Amino acid sequence: MKNKSTLLAAPYSVWAIGFILIPLVLVIFYAFTDKTGSFTLDNIIAISESTNLKALGLSVMLSFISTIICLLLAYPLAMILATLGVNQSSFMVFIFILPMWMNFLLRTLAWQTLLEKTGVINSILTFLNLPTLNIINTPSAIVLGMVYNFLPFMVLPIYNTLIKIDSNVINAAKDLGANNIQTFTRVIFPLSLPGVISGITMVFVPALTTFVISDLLGGAKILLIGNVIEQEFKQANNWNAGSGLSFVLMIFIVISIFISNKYDKEGGSIL
Amino acid sequence: MRKVVSLMLSLVLTASLLTGCSDNKTSSNGEVIVYNWGEYIDPEVITQFEEETGIKVIYDEFETNEIMYPKVEAGASQYDVICPSDYMISKMIENDLLQEIDFSKLSNIDQIGSQYMEMSKEFDPENKYSVPYCWGTVGILYNKTMVSSAPTKWADLWNEEYKDNILMQDSVRDAFMVAQKMLGYSMNSTDKDELEQCKNKLIEQKPLVQAYVVDQVRDKMIGNEAAIGVIYSGEAIYTQRENEDLEFVIPEEGTNVWIDSWVIPKNAPNYENALKWIDFMLKPEIALKNFDYITYGTPNDGAKALMDEDLQNNEIAFPDLTKHKGLETYVYLGEDADELYNDLWKDVKSE
Amino acid sequence: MMKTKKSGQLLKKLYVALIFIFLYAPIVTLIVLSFNSSKTRAKWGGFTTKWYVSLFHNSAIMSALYNTIIIAILSSLIATIIGTIASIAINSMNKKVRSVYMGVTNIPMLNADIVTGISLMLLFIAFSVRFGFGTVLISHITFNIPYVILSVMPKLKQTNVSTYEAALDLGATPVYAFFKVVFPDIFPGVLSGFMLAFTMSLDDFIITHFNKGPGLDTLSTKIYTEVKKGIKPEMYALSSIIFLSVFILLILINSLPNKSKDEQKVKTV
Repeated sequence: MKNKSTLLAAPYSVWAIGFILIPLVLVIFYAFTDKTGSFTLDNIIAISESTNLKALGLSVMLSFISTIICLLLAYPLAMILATLGVNQSSFMVFIFILPMWMNFLLRTLAWQTLLEKTGVINSILTFLNLPTLNIINTPSAIVLGMVYNFLPFMVLPIYNTLIKIDSNVINAAKDLGANNIQTFTRVIFPLSLPGVISGITMVFVPALTTFVISDLLGGAKILLIGNVIEQEFKQANNWNAGSGLSFVLMIFIVISIFISNKYDKEGGSIL
Repeated sequence: MRKVVSLMLSLVLTASLLTGCSDNKTSSNGEVIVYNWGEYIDPEVITQFEEETGIKVIYDEFETNEIMYPKVEAGASQYDVICPSDYMISKMIENDLLQEIDFSKLSNIDQIGSQYMEMSKEFDPENKYSVPYCWGTVGILYNKTMVSSAPTKWADLWNEEYKDNILMQDSVRDAFMVAQKMLGYSMNSTDKDELEQCKNKLIEQKPLVQAYVVDQVRDKMIGNEAAIGVIYSGEAIYTQRENEDLEFVIPEEGTNVWIDSWVIPKNAPNYENALKWIDFMLKPEIALKNFDYITYGTPNDGAKALMDEDLQNNEIAFPDLTKHKGLETYVYLGEDADELYNDLWKDVKSE
Repeated sequence: MMKTKKSGQLLKKLYVALIFIFLYAPIVTLIVLSFNSSKTRAKWGGFTTKWYVSLFHNSAIMSALYNTIIIAILSSLIATIIGTIASIAINSMNKKVRSVYMGVTNIPMLNADIVTGISLMLLFIAFSVRFGFGTVLISHITFNIPYVILSVMPKLKQTNVSTYEAALDLGATPVYAFFKVVFPDIFPGVLSGFMLAFTMSLDDFIITHFNKGPGLDTLSTKIYTEVKKGIKPEMYALSSIIFLSVFILLILINSLPNKSKDEQKVKTV
């Protein structure tokens, strides 16, 4: 069994070494050298500069809020979808991914058109004599953009684990006297945990590194860590500094995934 | 197991090397690889060039100077002719990425007004590496219906009256240029004190700024989203066509005059065809066609002569530069200064 | 009792509808913009279908569309195959090796896109690979695989190993047992992995930019370079066409199996 798994893993191992690990080594090399190629820790220490630290803090906060909102929105949706018939539900799931086939930049620009001071939503609100919505160019607009763009990444994995749960298990719990809430917290939720973890990873990580959303919906007035890294590469052409910060960010994410994997283990033990 | 992995690894590598070699001979005589800004040419011009010269055009586009540079520097792709801006050209000259242009082969070079070749000397001191393609200024675009009095100077961008109604440029040099000119400094300054003052000015301005944008100035101004914004002159003509309330002004403290020029990189596989391309772009009727399409000012005097009187006298497309003072062109300031600018800009943005 | 159930159903429907509106509001905006005769998104210049006509005369957009679709299909298909096989392997590994593999898998997701893009570019330069279709394809497969693995793994964790072993005991070959027993179980995960990979590939700009050769454009690279002078309404038109055709296709597919099921029902009756 063990040999077979290594054999099955072979194509991916090759791929991972060639196109993930070697490039990673290149990034690390840049992170620990200066422009002349000699060893330095400056690029790593740069994270402790107040501007960078602030940007990282803001990114973590906004991505965290977005992830929570995504989870809160996605879980009930996934549950509803999972209770539909097989054909119906896969159709509905497609419906919820489909918006993502419109280009990301176009969609985000469309939100600008919707949210602007003289935008679509405000025109409708003024027409109805309602107070206008002024969230464009604020952190709220960034969170909205993140939730919008990453919601499907949360819905899919949760939905996938939910439809696998045997309805007999749920019925058994109910027969044993569990009420709806107990059934959910003691049976359904723990069983869906692997999907939740996948979803959190797939939302939190891209939210943490995004820069387009904060540029377009935040008016570029809020500097996120993704913007800092992007600026180092694109405006300053300083690959060493950019790599250094990316490396720190990567370590940061690895740690948070490690923590979430711990919960995963506990979830796994219930199974 | 290890054997299998190493075998597959070597297979992948040799396969990739083989494909790398077998494709190498694609650059025969009959093509020219052009690297230009996005939407910076009338597509018909490309077809016309292909028909007239029989040279196949491989056309590629970039979004900013900074995103173009590493691709050329790394030699990842070989281009024959590129159209970067002034300061980027001086950076490329300094880093030995460009080769001299054989001006004797450019039959239409006389069409370029001598003042533009003079301006080019700021970044290409001996006029050896670049041929001007488009040029313009940076100024203030404002909405007549949304301002109490017409702005005339950069300092008006600090007016409390326009709180949350100001659009600033979201690029380091353009943002600092505004503050530098307002304070009476050079936009190519590397003086720490001066830059520190500019930074403080920009931070002071930040609460009034609605958004830092690059290309959305155009759409936001057309949509009456903001009262006043910093914009490139070429965009101003377009926005006026779409919204009659908009007015463009070159601030009295002076501003940036920029030039985008054709250059030929060192590793260009088709040097002769690159020359033919540049020469074709210099033809007055071609330059006119491009001007009509992209609305950025052309340095081509022949093309200007073909325009109707109104356009020739258009103050935005062809400002009389002698009437304005404090005009400058960006030059590359070196890595240290670049880093200083970027750090200070980061401070502004994270406030 | 009946009443609460009914209002619960209504609440559910309302909830789904609200999220549906949230997700589709920008899409509707884009479709409306594709009929805008003004070139700017900020102004309504009157209704027109001219962009739909000029779109098909624009060879640059058409070839970008072709490249985008080919790259998205190939890269997500290959990524799905490699990723699914890898997930099965990873799932049967012990915890330590598994966490190493999962860690590596997460790397392309952890890196900012620009870092992944530039590091791959450096790799290709180091091995003097000529930039073009192949390099774009490789980079797309690379960032697609994690999405497949992350979608398949949760399903695998839920799959009962004993059924697979039972099939083997009953004399099935491993491949046969896999396709008959395991694959149907994890299929939804594989499918959503493929969908995510396809979606990511369609959307990617920055990694493609650094790894493409001259003249090879995808819709994303085209759109990003257009931002400088304003997005051409043709792009809105094209997006609307793509969107609507997929939408209609979906509805058609959805209505078909139901019919066959009804027929089946009739047969069994």
